[in-house]
Amino acid sequence: MARSTKDEQVFTNCTTGGPLFVYVQDGKITRIEPLELSPDDTESWVIEARGRKFSPTRMSNVAQYALAERSRIYSPDRLLYPLKRVDFNPQGDRKAENRGTSGYKRISWDEALDILAKEIERVHKTYGPGAVLTTPNSHHNWGNVGYRHSSLLRFMGILNATYVDHNPDSWEGWHWGAMHTWGFAWRLGISSQYDLLEDALKHAEMVIYWSSDPESTSGIYGGQESNQWRSWLKELGVKMVVVDQHYNSTAVNFADKWFAPRPGTDTAMAAAIAYVWLTEGTYDKEYIKEHTHGFEKWKGYILGEEDGLAKTTEWAEKETGVPAREIRALAREWARCKTMLAAGSALGGGACRTAYGTEWARYMVMLAAMQGMGKPGSNIWTTNYGAPQNFDFFFPGYAEGGISGDPLNTAAHFQMVSRGITKHPIRSEVNDPGGQHIPRILLPECILNPPQEWRGKGFCGASPETQFKKYKYPEDGYSEVKMFWRYGGAYIGTMNNTNRWVRMYRSPKLEFVVNQSIWMEGEAQLADLILPACTNFERWDIGEWANCSGYIPHSHYGVNHRTIVLQKKCIEPLGESKADYDIFAAVAERLGFYEKFTEGGLTELDWVKKLFQLTDLPKYISWEEFEKKGYFVVPLPKPYKSTPSLRWFAEGRKNDTPDWGPVGGGVAGIPDAEGNLATQTGKIEFEAESLKRFDPDDWERPPVAKYIPSWEGHHTTELYSKYPLQLITPHPRYSFHTHYDGKESWINEIPEHRVKKEDGRYYWVIRINSRDAEKRGVRDGDLVNVYNDRAVVICAAQVTERVPYGMVHSYESSAVYDPIGEPGESPDRGGCINLLTPHRFISKNACGMAPNSCLVEIEKRRE
Amino acid sequence: MAKWGMVIDITKCNACYSCFIACKDEYWDNDYPPYSAAQPRHGQFWIRIEKKEGGTYPHIRVSYMPIPCMQCDAAPCIKAAKNGAVYKRPDGIVIINPEKAVGQRQIVDACPYGTIFWNEEKQLPQKCNFCVQRLEDGKIPRCVQACPSKAMIFSDLDDPESEVSKLVGSGKAEVFHPEYNTKPRVYYIGLERVTKNFLAASVVFGDVDECAEKVKATLVNKQSGEEKTALTDAYGVFEFTGLSAGRYSLKLEYAGYAEKTMDVDLKADNYLGAVNLNRG
Repeated sequence: MARSTKDEQVFTNCTTGGPLFVYVQDGKITRIEPLELSPDDTESWVIEARGRKFSPTRMSNVAQYALAERSRIYSPDRLLYPLKRVDFNPQGDRKAENRGTSGYKRISWDEALDILAKEIERVHKTYGPGAVLTTPNSHHNWGNVGYRHSSLLRFMGILNATYVDHNPDSWEGWHWGAMHTWGFAWRLGISSQYDLLEDALKHAEMVIYWSSDPESTSGIYGGQESNQWRSWLKELGVKMVVVDQHYNSTAVNFADKWFAPRPGTDTAMAAAIAYVWLTEGTYDKEYIKEHTHGFEKWKGYILGEEDGLAKTTEWAEKETGVPAREIRALAREWARCKTMLAAGSALGGGACRTAYGTEWARYMVMLAAMQGMGKPGSNIWTTNYGAPQNFDFFFPGYAEGGISGDPLNTAAHFQMVSRGITKHPIRSEVNDPGGQHIPRILLPECILNPPQEWRGKGFCGASPETQFKKYKYPEDGYSEVKMFWRYGGAYIGTMNNTNRWVRMYRSPKLEFVVNQSIWMEGEAQLADLILPACTNFERWDIGEWANCSGYIPHSHYGVNHRTIVLQKKCIEPLGESKADYDIFAAVAERLGFYEKFTEGGLTELDWVKKLFQLTDLPKYISWEEFEKKGYFVVPLPKPYKSTPSLRWFAEGRKNDTPDWGPVGGGVAGIPDAEGNLATQTGKIEFEAESLKRFDPDDWERPPVAKYIPSWEGHHTTELYSKYPLQLITPHPRYSFHTHYDGKESWINEIPEHRVKKEDGRYYWVIRINSRDAEKRGVRDGDLVNVYNDRAVVICAAQVTERVPYGMVHSYESSAVYDPIGEPGESPDRGGCINLLTPHRFISKNACGMAPNSCLVEIEKRRE
Repeated sequence: MAKWGMVIDITKCNACYSCFIACKDEYWDNDYPPYSAAQPRHGQFWIRIEKKEGGTYPHIRVSYMPIPCMQCDAAPCIKAAKNGAVYKRPDGIVIINPEKAVGQRQIVDACPYGTIFWNEEKQLPQKCNFCVQRLEDGKIPRCVQACPSKAMIFSDLDDPESEVSKLVGSGKAEVFHPEYNTKPRVYYIGLERVTKNFLAASVVFGDVDECAEKVKATLVNKQSGEEKTALTDAYGVFEFTGLSAGRYSLKLEYAGYAEKTMDVDLKADNYLGAVNLNRG
């Protein structure tokens, strides 16, 4: 069809990957481009360092997947109508065992809402509160109104649903480990990163990317904004070292040297670096004396005084496979240079998702401390956070809860509630720490084999001690859950040992499963009833780029310009799909709480306007101007005052950063006193007092951090002889979780992401070293079975030197679950690599996940 | 009138594929008459990325090279086309006329760079045209706009002050496969990463098993006699880049250690592994 671009309308929107201009013609989105700043927008920051001036491009460097939105919006996998499983009969035989196989028929919204409302009433009246279970997925949409922390929590709070507590899946070791070393509970164990870009440009001599690939997972939501920062550092001659089992995308452009310790042994390498510094006297002794606690005890462990085993570089070579002399060389370079330790990307990293990854995160903090963490050029800085910004300007992040009015289940909603976002704040008894809970990793076990016990409720943001609280399912006085209301993307590709997930779905113990989703993917195909939602291009919302807030206060410092976007409704919802908010409102109407949920009939646009008024936006721009322009760039304060993170700590001053934590009680020390961290002693604890108080004999997370060999690795000899390849499954480069994969998205055509084979399917990629491939007769592009006792996943092999001998690499997050036989029991050709990974807790008393402790074997597939 | 040219810096690309995705967004389901017909959802790579991996663990180099239509001044596709279905504009851009080119599969086969794709449904050859419809509106091509590392530079080759002109004029940017003689308007920085080879090794002081820093490595091309030197870094690693295949002699020197020489028959990127120096 002939099309001119002249009469297009231009809208604005925002996504997990960045802000966009959306071009629409005749009710159809024709193009989606990155939001480009205009000359009228506020000026960009300038950092002067080493005789140069650095200033960012005035273009939103969005994630590549954000540019693929059009293929995701107009996907053949879009759910356009409500669907009912053909053999699901709520009045008779429900045939739960056929979930995933029996197919669907289109029904009307009326019929769908009838079924759903009746089921909710039946479950409530038969079993009492808490028998409806819900969990959302992270970040398939963006916005402060229509998103999960907002509309979903508001609705589910009123419904008194049980919530599947999310584990800190990207930063487990920091949460369950490092929090006990340096505090930062309100940041879930991760430090702030204020003004560290400027600090690095001025002072850093080396960056060590340890288990970190900011080019792939930049600033979580920051798209590709920080690429230019790393380029500047490189131009300044800053040395760059990558420690990762995969020669990752950051290494491709920036690595001067690559280390690849065997998965699960990063802590041994770290211990040996400490051994070199201790024996050669090349650490900051004054800093250690002033700012740390328990150092001597830990030193005894490293030197072998405690267990008779000195953690020498030769010892570490045996554990890690890295030559002892190279570990020594790195330790000496590190001691010589002012070094920024980029431990994990945005503080996460594959090493923190291994068995006992808690210890690795603790070691990262302790190594940085030994080199004067907080002094100029010496810090833990991930190279993708820490741009100069206006931190006084209030605009909420999505985790501040939007319209939910739920201060308990959102990290910072007290701000929104106190500003008056809603007349009916939701305080759900079921969702609070006293109610019923299920940890995400144990969900299938809770459903199939109750009772279950564990410690710690999801995100323990109040204090380290909340990690120790014991929970059980079902909670006293509560029924087991009977109905599951699933919302958003699929967990089969992101959680662990996920055949368990499929088996759970096919059990009659779940009497009713409803899935509210935009696409037919992953878990949607295992539901009884499917409710078609629309994307945030088809409804109104408001959001700020990369502003998560909550447990990551000021996370917008991962982008160059604070950009607040009116997420305009660009087109009508496709087919009969609806905004999530409108779906909840329609169900609320059936159940009799429409007025309460919608606060007397407010639409999403009404909420957007209300939220706008509660922020600092009206001080700078009227609603009318904002609506016309579609976005606002927050100006920097003048003059700008730089307050690098932890500089105050290194200098023994009061914390002068804009950080809002520590938030209230639970901190044993006196955090606001001069120079105190939020640990018991106010210092960096090489011997963690919180862990000592909890259980001094917990050898899986001991008070003095240790290297503990993995429960699935090269020391588990019987399993290792059967499955000799160590699999790592980092977050994907070309998608955010499962959200941009599958769906006939353009992303599928990226050969580093999927490989198209003769049968027309796009297969998930697994990377294997050339020697391992040759041994197995595998050639580049071959289809292979990746298998262990838990599952078989069919992948396309990429033969490469980018993983060492004995290791294999495959990104997690396939959106496609496509079993070739019985669901939950047969090989998957969709590429859900996490069918293979173990679901054992990261440490017995910490319910985090450890997917990077996984042994597999690979064979060429013969058909 | 501007004569458009593009420079692509291979050293800055790490295959984020933003260029490819932006191109899809511009052209999928969108016709821009008279310049182009819509690109299908899948199967065409108007800008594709070639990968080269060299060396062995733990010393490797990976390079990515984006390849769009080269907008050649002596374009074989123009010669192969009938009815003037492919033509060159005064601004240097090569256009496949989406009406006249129907059924002309030979246009696809004519391109030595493999940048023309066959649309089965429309029976049409299709390719990159520097987003000519955007240039007319004063905008830059979508791939250039989307590149976060600014590895793609686009400007007027007739303007001696333009960035592209300067890079081409200084010899920093070169054409890929000059032997095709098609006179491309797309140039590359760092082409040697793809067309030439590196030689590297990790030098070790054998007596103390330590990485040998500041060892002088001298490499002589046996055919040309050309000599290069390098010093090892903190990990004992030296690396020579931009080498043609051939026979070389390598010499390692450090005070107090016996000089070491070896012959290397370089066929591709080569990491020699650990090389010991002994006390002498």
